[in-house]
Amino acid sequence: MAVLVVAEHDNETLKDATHKTVTAALAIAKDMGCDVDILVAGKDVKDVAAKAAKIAGVRKVLACDHVSLKRQLAEAMQEVIVPLMDGYDAVLAPDTTTGKNFMPRIAAVLDVMQISSISGVESNDTFVRPIYAGNAMATVKSSDDKKVITVRPTAFTPAEEGGSASVETIADPATPTTSEFVSEELSKSDRPELTAAKIVISGGRGMGSGENFAIIEKVADKLGAAVGASRAAVDAGYVPNDYQVGQTGKVVAPELYIAVGISGAIQHLAGMKDSKIIVAINKDEDAPICQIADYGWVADLFNAVPELEAELAKAGY
Amino acid sequence: MKVLVPVKRVLDFNVKVRVKSDESGVDLANVKMSMNPFDEISVEQAVRLQEAGTATETIAVSIGPEKCAETIRTSLAMGIDRGIHINTDAEVEPLAVAKILKAIVEEEKPDLVILGKQAIDDDSNQTGQMLAALLGWPQATFANSVEKNGDSLTVGREVDGGIQTIKVTLPAVITVDLRLNEPRYASLPNIMKAKRKPIDAKTTDDYGVDISPRLTTVKVAEPAGRTAGVKVEDAAELVAKLKSEGVI
Ligand SMILES: Cc1cc2nc3c(=O)[nH]c(=O)nc-3n(C[C@H](O)[C@H](O)[C@H](O)COP(=O)(O)OP(=O)(O)OC[C@H]3O[C@@H](n4cnc5c(N)ncnc54)[C@H](O)[C@@H]3O)c2cc1C
Ligand SMILES: Nc1ncnc2c1ncn2[C@@H]1O[C@H](COP(=O)(O)O)[C@@H](O)[C@H]1O
Repeated sequence: MAVLVVAEHDNETLKDATHKTVTAALAIAKDMGCDVDILVAGKDVKDVAAKAAKIAGVRKVLACDHVSLKRQLAEAMQEVIVPLMDGYDAVLAPDTTTGKNFMPRIAAVLDVMQISSISGVESNDTFVRPIYAGNAMATVKSSDDKKVITVRPTAFTPAEEGGSASVETIADPATPTTSEFVSEELSKSDRPELTAAKIVISGGRGMGSGENFAIIEKVADKLGAAVGASRAAVDAGYVPNDYQVGQTGKVVAPELYIAVGISGAIQHLAGMKDSKIIVAINKDEDAPICQIADYGWVADLFNAVPELEAELAKAGY
Repeated sequence: MKVLVPVKRVLDFNVKVRVKSDESGVDLANVKMSMNPFDEISVEQAVRLQEAGTATETIAVSIGPEKCAETIRTSLAMGIDRGIHINTDAEVEPLAVAKILKAIVEEEKPDLVILGKQAIDDDSNQTGQMLAALLGWPQATFANSVEKNGDSLTVGREVDGGIQTIKVTLPAVITVDLRLNEPRYASLPNIMKAKRKPIDAKTTDDYGVDISPRLTTVKVAEPAGRTAGVKVEDAAELVAKLKSEGVI
């Protein structure tokens, strides 16, 4: 049969997490000698579907365009995906809050155990996934006929562009009536998205206030970086919830991660320890973050961060 | 409104995780175990609903070994009315947990089930969604605010882009995120009172659910480690290093 990838998008742009999930799907399909298709489910998704069709290695794109799918709520996604599964051996989606929300419903209806947040594909039934906040890596083998898998995007390289898959429109799904979108309050920012940024600079409890994040933002603007935070900084109300990096927030793996006033609890490390280069700015030399940082700068952040900004300015950033 | 709260007993979040040298799993012998931190938040939410007069009865459920009774007891000390303990030494996967919970829901007929969004041991983040699907109920996952209006709930959800608010009709399943509330500590008198609250002892056989695992653990290994690098003294040194690494 074939492997299905559920695209991550906001009805306008196709997210890079899709490309990374396709890479995982291609590894599974290769082991089975079968094809990979992409499902784009949403409202007015013609452009997104056309984009998905350009991902190399994809056979076809299924486009489902319906008002009930505008927000990709779990109950509506279930109505689209479950009927398709007669024709697929596996379904994959990125482990974003969207994928995490609807995928287990698919698994339950198909009576299979979902394999959550895989970071590696060993074969078509054996996968590697982090457990205990990434303090252990489990290799698990699934005995289910069909596989329902969420993928940790940071663990896979994005599939390349250059494909020319066909786009097929599929029938309108049934509309569930039990859950309803009310409103959305999205953080607006001109900076890159946290999970897609090449450079991330995060602040922790040491920042002391939301206003103080301004010094971090100045550095971020110089470097084209995204701004993140520890749970403590979010809980204290310094920054919105979608800034949180960690076991229960976002997982990032940029080229450069700068942790400012963050102690480095395991729950935080779980979200950033696969970054290429880690810099810690902390006044406490013994903070756990300093044990894993490539570059540790023991200093008061209120001096260090502005100094860093000035130095970057001097260097022409 | 009757509320059911599933609580899982897990390795305490402060304990350092040790992978067994034979790579068969994580060492859980003689280490501190606690209620999954997200489940403390669910318990708190259920108790608050009851204190506000919205919930009429609150029930905690735990599936797992003998000691899970302690975890239930903790929830009773926080204010939950009674407990159900499904005693098993088997490893019960989220799908099987969801099936057992479904059977309990059919027996107890709650209007609302509140689960944690994720157990911090398996990091699965799926039980609540599975339960909702098995029951054919709506779900509101990653809740950071919950408000009841008539026969529906308005729930603010922590999503990747910010906060999304949805309305679900009851009966429904909620999974909670970290910032929904701050769980209380049980007071001494309440801990004493909890000793007299009932916990129903059950087995998986009582629910006729097949709990045989679908996943086999091939091995559990240490993650790739990172070692401490070097100290830098000032911004000039840091910028020079980052340039030579080619990351800025
Ligand atoms: C179930 C659960 C899930 C969790 N999930 C997450 C998660 O996803 N992400 C996450 O981040 N955390 C998470 N946590 C919380 C985690 O355990 C820590 O509490 C949190 O990461 C601490 O944040 P912090 O490092 O900002 O604060 P702290 O630990 O208080 O550290 C502050 C640091 O700032 C330094 N500092 C203070 N002032 C200055 C200054 N002027 N100059 C320089 N340095 C300074 C201090 O030396 C210290 O190292 C979770 C916890 C639980 C129980
Ligand atoms: N064995 C169990 N007993 C009771 N509740 C559980 C159990 N396993 C999972 N849960 C519930 O399901 C939530 C999510 O767990 P998981 O899907 O494993 O990440 C937990 O926060 C609990 O509320």
